Parts: sequence; structure tokens; C-alpha cells
Amino acid sequence: MRFILTLILFVLPISAFAAIDTYEFKDEATRERFKELTFELRCPKCQNQNLQDSNSPIAEDLRNEVYKMLQDESSNDEIMDFMVARYGEFVLYKPPVNETTYILWYGPFGLAFIGLIVLLVVSKKRKRNDVSEVDLETHLSNDETARLDDILKKGERND
Amino acid sequence: MRRFILFLPLIIAIGIGGFLWKGLQLDPTELPSALLNKPFPAFELPALADSELLLTENDLKGEAALVNVWATWCPSCKQEHAQLNRIKAEGYKVIGINYKDERQKANIWLKKYLDPYAVNVYDDKGTLGLDLGVYGAPETYVIDKNGVIQYKHVGVVDEAVWQKLKAIIDQLKNGPKVATQ
Repeated sequence: MRFILTLILFVLPISAFAAIDTYEFKDEATRERFKELTFELRCPKCQNQNLQDSNSPIAEDLRNEVYKMLQDESSNDEIMDFMVARYGEFVLYKPPVNETTYILWYGPFGLAFIGLIVLLVVSKKRKRNDVSEVDLETHLSNDETARLDDILKKGERND
Repeated sequence: MRRFILFLPLIIAIGIGGFLWKGLQLDPTELPSALLNKPFPAFELPALADSELLLTENDLKGEAALVNVWATWCPSCKQEHAQLNRIKAEGYKVIGINYKDERQKANIWLKKYLDPYAVNVYDDKGTLGLDLGVYGAPETYVIDKNGVIQYKHVGVVDEAVWQKLKAIIDQLKNGPKVATQ
């Protein structure tokens, strides 16, 4: 009796898990591909969720479609093309590189480059200022030292 | 030159501000249709009124028309229904796609609120909707007489939207074919 109870306890959680995961894949690789695809495809209705996360009916439909196409041995590219043909490039979380997305892909590098130039210019300028200050303090000619003393003395007298 | 550099951050900030302001005015839920200027997807589905009658994409051709995706579970569809009836009264053709709905409910709805549709495709599984890229009913398409999709509107068709759609249909019917966006 005790043995049977233990057995049931062991089996129960497994069956519960199976009820949640309604898709059955022929192998682990297909399951991984399903995960990957539903992660990278965006739900057209809910905007900021992928197919994996969304509960909306349309996301469910699209998940089913991805699953069906995987069962039919479609390649990842075929599945992506199928979605893009219907919902546009909006559904791709990773947009393709083309004229309209150049700014998206290369913009950050451009901005980083501009930032780098600004940084270089500013630091160079600062360095030059530093150098001139040092020059003032340490490299006075004898003439200049005499004049400076003169001025300082004059100042004392005026006080 | 120095003075200009001092103002540079302000100019950049205003530029970015303008750009973002423009972004606020856009509706992010409005997606461009991937099917513009493409033929209506092929399908073979029963009519809503008669399960024996099979319809295909060829049944939509012949005249520039509106194709309206609707369902009884969709509150906005109820909201636009009166407008669709008015469009029919103006003499324009409206084709319905009953999307993921129950046949009986849909037919009762049409009896109750009048039927603006020349014909209704019964797409209970949503397969045609998927091929059309439907992501939320109601959606309304303008197709030309060859069944090529010319325009897509997502959301309720009210009088203002209808004037826009009407202009496109009139242009398709009368004028030389001008590319509409």
C-alpha cells in the first residue's frame, strides 16, 4: 500500500507537467527550435511580448502554426518568411539589415564614434591647458621673475 | 564659433525632442500590412449563410469592395456595424469574413442588426485570417476588382475612416489607377 502511494506521488507531478506542455516534439532539437522561434517572433497584437510569453489568442494561433510547420519539417527561415509575409517585419524581434534599418543597426556605433571624438578633443584641450599652467609656474625666465617680484612688491606697498 | 559650440547641446536636445514628439503622435498598434498591393490570399471556405456553399478568393473579384473581418465576440465590430449598413445603403459592396466565430451566433447577429454584407466567408478556424495577417478584429481591407489588396484599416470604421476608404474605392472604380499607400 505504502509502495503504491509513493509511486503515485512520484508519477503525479509528471502528469501535471505534461498537461501544461501541450506540444509534443519528436526530438529535443525540434523543441529547442520551437523555443527559439517563439522567442524571436513578436506577437502582433500585444506589441511588447513574444509568442512564448503572450496569452493572446493570436499568439496562440501563431504558436500552433510554428508547431505545425516544425512538424512538417520546415526550416527556420521558411517559418520566419511565412510570418513576415503575413505580418510584416514587425514580427521579427531581430530586424533584418536593410536600408530602412541601417540607422537601427549602425546608429549606435556612429554615436559611440562621435562620443569618442568629442572625448578625445576635450581631453586633448584639457591636457594643453594643464601644460600651459605648468609652463607658467616653472619656466619663468630671469627677466620675468624680476618683473613678478616687482609687481608683488608694488602691491604690498599699496596696501 | 565658440558661441555656436555652446549652443550645440541645446540644438541637439531640441532636435531629439522633436523626433520623440513625433514618435508620441504615432500609433504603435497600427502595423503596416504586409499584403498591400498583393492579391487576396487563396482560400476555400464555406459561406456563413450556407455551409454547403464553398467560396474561394475568386468570389471576391469583379468589383472594388471592402472586405471586413468581424466576429460576434468583438465589441468594436458591433460599434461599426451601423456604419457598414450605411455603406451598403450608399451602394458600395462589403464582403464579410466571419473570423473565429460561431455560425449560429453570427447568423442571429445579422438578422438582429441587419446584414450589410454581399457575402460572408465563414472562417471559424481563423486560417484565412492568418493568411491575411489579421491580428485583431475588426479589420477592413479595400480590394480592387482583381482582388488585389489596396488598403488596410485596423479598428473601427467610422464616418471619417469611411470617407478615406470611399475615396480609394472611387479612385479604383473611376480614375486611372493611382498607387495608394
